Amino acid sequence: MIGGLFIYNHKGEVLISRVYRDDIGRNAVDAFRVNVIHARQQVRSPVTNIARTSFFHVKRSNIWLAAVTKQNVNAAMVFEFLYKMCDVMTAYFGKISEENIKNNFVLIYELLDEILDFGYPQNSETGALKTFITQQGIKSQTKEEQSQITSQVTGQIGWRREGIKYRRNELFLDVLESVNLLMSPQGQVLSAHVSGRVVMKSYLSGMPECKFGMNDKIVIDKQGKGDATVSIAIDDCTFHQCVRLSKFDSERSISFIPPDGEYELMRYRTTKDIILPFRVIPLVREVGRTKLEVKVVIKSNFKPSLLAQKIEVRIPTPLNTSGVQVICMKGKAKYKASENAIVWKIKRMAGMKESQISAEIELLPTNDKKKWARPPISMNFEVPFAPSGLKVRYLKVFEPKLNYSDHDVIKWVRYIGRSGIYETRC
Amino acid sequence: MEWASQLCENRQFGSKMTDSKYFTTTKKGEIFELKAELNSDKKEKKKEAVKKVIASMTVGKDVSALFPDVVNCMQTDNLELKKLVYLYLMNYAKSQPDMAIMAVNTFVKDCEDPNPLIRALAVRTMGCIRVDKITEYLCEPLRKCLKDEDPYVRKTAAVCVAKLHDINAQLVEDQGFLDTLKDLISDSNPMVVANAVAALSEIAESHPNSNLLDLNPQSINKLLTALNECTEWGQIFILDCLANYTPRDDRESQSICERVTPRLSHANSAVVLSAVKVLMKFMEMLPKDLDYYGTLLKKLAPPLVTLLSAEPELQYVALRNINLIVQKRPEILKHEMKVFFVKYNDPIYVKLEKLDIMIRLASQANIAQVLAELKEYATEVDVDFVRKAVRAIGRCAIKVEQSAERCVSTLLDLIQTKVNYVVQEAIVVIKDIFRKYPNKYESVIATLCENLDSLDEPEARAAMIWIVGEYAERIDNADELLESFLEGFHDESTQVQLQLLTAIVKLFLKKPTETQELVQQVLSLATQDSDNPDLRDRGYIYWRLLSTDPVAAKEVVLAEKPLISEETDLIEPTLLDELICHIGTLASVYHKPPSAFVEGSRGVQHKRLPARAGSGESTESPDVGQSVGGADAPPAVIPSQGDLLGDLLNLDLAPPATTVPAVPASMQMGAMDLLGGGLDSLMGDESETHNIHQRMESPSPQSLSEYSHPELGGDIGGSPAIGAGMGAPPAVMPASLNAAVGGGLGDLFDLGGGVGMPTGAFIPPKTLWLPAMKAKGLEISGTFARRSGVLQMDLSLTNKALSVMSDFAIQFNRNSFGLAPAGPLQVLTPLTPNQTIDVALPLSTVGPIMKMEPLTNLQVAVKNNIDVFYFSCQYPISILFVEDGKMDRQVFLATWKDIPNDNEAQFQIKDCHLNSDAATNKLQSSNIFTIAKRTVDGQDMLYQSIKLTNGIWILAELRVQAGSPNYVLSVKCRASEVSQFVYQCYELVLKN
Repeated sequence: MIGGLFIYNHKGEVLISRVYRDDIGRNAVDAFRVNVIHARQQVRSPVTNIARTSFFHVKRSNIWLAAVTKQNVNAAMVFEFLYKMCDVMTAYFGKISEENIKNNFVLIYELLDEILDFGYPQNSETGALKTFITQQGIKSQTKEEQSQITSQVTGQIGWRREGIKYRRNELFLDVLESVNLLMSPQGQVLSAHVSGRVVMKSYLSGMPECKFGMNDKIVIDKQGKGDATVSIAIDDCTFHQCVRLSKFDSERSISFIPPDGEYELMRYRTTKDIILPFRVIPLVREVGRTKLEVKVVIKSNFKPSLLAQKIEVRIPTPLNTSGVQVICMKGKAKYKASENAIVWKIKRMAGMKESQISAEIELLPTNDKKKWARPPISMNFEVPFAPSGLKVRYLKVFEPKLNYSDHDVIKWVRYIGRSGIYETRC
Repeated sequence: MEWASQLCENRQFGSKMTDSKYFTTTKKGEIFELKAELNSDKKEKKKEAVKKVIASMTVGKDVSALFPDVVNCMQTDNLELKKLVYLYLMNYAKSQPDMAIMAVNTFVKDCEDPNPLIRALAVRTMGCIRVDKITEYLCEPLRKCLKDEDPYVRKTAAVCVAKLHDINAQLVEDQGFLDTLKDLISDSNPMVVANAVAALSEIAESHPNSNLLDLNPQSINKLLTALNECTEWGQIFILDCLANYTPRDDRESQSICERVTPRLSHANSAVVLSAVKVLMKFMEMLPKDLDYYGTLLKKLAPPLVTLLSAEPELQYVALRNINLIVQKRPEILKHEMKVFFVKYNDPIYVKLEKLDIMIRLASQANIAQVLAELKEYATEVDVDFVRKAVRAIGRCAIKVEQSAERCVSTLLDLIQTKVNYVVQEAIVVIKDIFRKYPNKYESVIATLCENLDSLDEPEARAAMIWIVGEYAERIDNADELLESFLEGFHDESTQVQLQLLTAIVKLFLKKPTETQELVQQVLSLATQDSDNPDLRDRGYIYWRLLSTDPVAAKEVVLAEKPLISEETDLIEPTLLDELICHIGTLASVYHKPPSAFVEGSRGVQHKRLPARAGSGESTESPDVGQSVGGADAPPAVIPSQGDLLGDLLNLDLAPPATTVPAVPASMQMGAMDLLGGGLDSLMGDESETHNIHQRMESPSPQSLSEYSHPELGGDIGGSPAIGAGMGAPPAVMPASLNAAVGGGLGDLFDLGGGVGMPTGAFIPPKTLWLPAMKAKGLEISGTFARRSGVLQMDLSLTNKALSVMSDFAIQFNRNSFGLAPAGPLQVLTPLTPNQTIDVALPLSTVGPIMKMEPLTNLQVAVKNNIDVFYFSCQYPISILFVEDGKMDRQVFLATWKDIPNDNEAQFQIKDCHLNSDAATNKLQSSNIFTIAKRTVDGQDMLYQSIKLTNGIWILAELRVQAGSPNYVLSVKCRASEVSQFVYQCYELVLKN
């Protein structure tokens, strides 16, 4: 299991060091600094073995988190734990920065003591942790409160405490999708997929039993009603631990008791019938050895009544670019020498429209034999629909013990489609 | 905040925190100050002081001097302060064992606290105090906590048992904590169950043979129930534990799989991977024709693909595991090629892994897409990645024949870019393509030659030289090209030197007239001016070959090379199976078994995949048909080798024996071995030579350096005297030698007709090994025997010459099982003409070892006052069967399962009219022991074990059908090459 956990700043100074196992010595702290943080070459693997000691590392802004072990641990678990650790810290004190870590180091030690015992991860749900790791001491608790805490931390529903009350029962569902595309210069889709998340913010009293429904093809086909054409084929989905997986496996129904506040209910992935919100048509022509002509057309491909926002097209330029002249019909375009790219920004664009940019790129003559690699043209945008076609059909809430019903709950649904890696080769 | 000032100080003193010289001066004041604060009456001040202490501890300062003062703060109701003090204790208790005892009372008291959080805190912390004296005091509180009413305390106590076990395993056993821990598996709280499972699994790892995790269907059921209810981490512990269980049959296996599959939808990737591990393992047991098997395969793909949308570090872990899964069960992901396409801003470690998997999944169906991708990658920035992409194009060409042409033209395009490392990498792979598809793409050689000057890496230079040598006849200026390399011969790496030597010899054999000087030059560079034994050896071999017999040299050097295999760098199957059992863990990331990177006893235990249901009935496995068919083939192979020898012989006979000057009789035995041994392995056994040659010629790109051949190095390079001997034409007669071998092989197959002994081990009749006409009148026939544990070579020496023979001596060349004379050849009186003498030469098995082809080949040199003679013979493998070869039944079962099915060979023994008991007795007398007998449907199955002198175990299953003269023999051995010989041995023993 995990033998120790270290947090460093970007210079390699230790901010937090907690050793769980006897086989991890103090020298491990330095070994990581010397071999990874100060290494001359960029690290080639997130798992580094130094003198029979394995270091798992992740970096968040300038901060390095490293888990150390000498055993054959479950590697996936170690990384999941490190991410979780980041989540917990963020939930407690915001951004993970050197400043914040130093200011909260006692809290971090307390958390590390609680969520990792002898290197075995324990309950790490912030909802539960916040009930008893407060940095305020817990002497004022009554006996009932104490046993409520321990039963929550160890219980079947470790993510929610009892006795939550809201005057207004309300929930928000965000369907957040990122659409990924790799297209050939000729407009052939090389790969495309949507990875989506359903994020729920719940402000519900008691221990509400929820049931979530969407236009999942398998469910709709099974019910045999409704229009099968509006259903979508989901390649795979994963759920927050509150969802009863065996029930999903047998009936494909998504039922759960949600944590309080914001959390990610599910993630899913689709590859079929994706609505690609934009199409990029590139035209790059090399005029002699010192000039490139670039023309890029973007076409929006959704209902004209909808508006896409924050559109950005990034056209890479060769390293030996000496000057660029850009003309665009819409938005603003600029050559950014430091990024080796022409960045074209459009604030808003309605569906079924097209826009065009053309640029002349002057090149310095070089004797570099290697041809320019022509990185793909990438795009960023945000659209107010789900490119996968996913629709929320219902979210039913039952709380038998309290006197509010499904109708009393105020529900909000929002769809946001963003570009993931949306690239067109040129 | 104090932090800032402390870190500032550190910086002042440089990053070396061990620089105590500075610290002692400044720290004294600081420590003094802290001491005062710790003893302050004000609670807040105390707490601040402890915080400062912890901060100092973190940055690596030694604050152990404050131990008593900090421990004094322990008695407090402020939980936060208590936690800080405990943190301090865990760090320094070991260095201050005497003072740590002061803390015991507090722990004992805290374990009785009404607040469960405090009880748990105490039990959690005390397990981390690694002081022997204290440990004993902690047993009672721990015992109470294990039975605490609060689950939070119990789950913490469960882990504490593992902690205590790590400190003092004996104590844990004596106190009966293990039983209590086992009881916790049935606890009502899922988290307690999960932690108990984790603790027990860890303890069980250091006791590989204990039955600690007594997994049975009932306990498995409990675990599966807890699986649905516990935290994500608990699910991982339980799944990892489940993976160690071996279901009793396929039905149980299926029902566990059914209950594990829902975990594939968990948001936590580790839960998913651990579930995949359980499924991959248990799937082994499911019959392939089962519907559920297919369903399960289909269910596995989507979650594996989903793992690729996780954070990059997890993607890396997932990809390393997918690499294993794709090798084990390619069908799962065969349609998912696209998801492994590299994204422009993937981290480099993800890119490299994806590339690996792309090549593994490449097939005719998707090759066009793959190639287009690879071409894109070859223009990227990262040098390693680009190289790998170029190499991948070559591998695609080799793997998918239809794409070869397109691959070659892509590679040519890349060569045109003139980017140095791209060109070099392309040339290396083109060499492999030439190997795979000879005489197809040689038109590109001209383009390759243009880039000769830009090659600066040894591998690329070696590849280019190989190409020039191999196609010397089509390259007009091949001699010039090779000569240009020769100038800096000694500055080249060994790889290039060896290749250059071979290439020039090839060139010479193809164009002998104009390159004589060149070959002389390279041979003298290699043999006289080089210190590298490999190079010298190869030089000498070529030299001798060329000077003795250019025709044979041509046969050997320009022999047709065997095709290279499609898949390279596959993980060896037994290791792959073991790694499948470690999916998700570090072992699967490193692609190494845990024993390779874990110290101590933990994880050294090898894990195995369960055997498929009913694997005992091996007739069901599809590969049987092949094996049975194959049983007839090998005998045909060896005679054909004899033919080959015969051909060589005919060629050699053309120049009459004048090239064979007699070796002076005074020649020392050692020297004889030197020459004879070396040459024997070169010429006496054609196939061996062929083998060596092919290894020289066909290094797979990764591992040329592995292919050195110490067996030759020992024989030739070892002696300084040899240099002198080399100048003259070597003094050995290949013609007679080959004939002898040919004869020996031919005779071997006459063995069947001999008479056997009714009792005792079967001893084949004597056969003629060395005919008189080949050995100046000395005729040798002989056989091998094992008599009450002693190995003997029975020889009959007959003098068919006209003069008396004396001064006999015998020596063996290295051989597969290290056979060597255990004493001198006892021919006491001179052998008069027409006299025959029988000698029994005792043998030992401790001689030098070299793998022979065939395995049981033995090359012998016999000397007398007239000359030295060489012959080779084959011994029945049965002489190596030792008397204590009876295996324990349990061990037999385990071993049978342990040996991979691929190593199983099946043979048919026809026309044998013994019943199973008679066969048992007969085999037993040859040290083939029957361990168990099972009768199913009138068919007797005999399970037998054999142990060889070198400790190798051979397991066999002999099936005797009553009334049928045909037996079926299945042989399983880790060294599967012996199976064939074991079969021959069965044949001989049973039919005589």
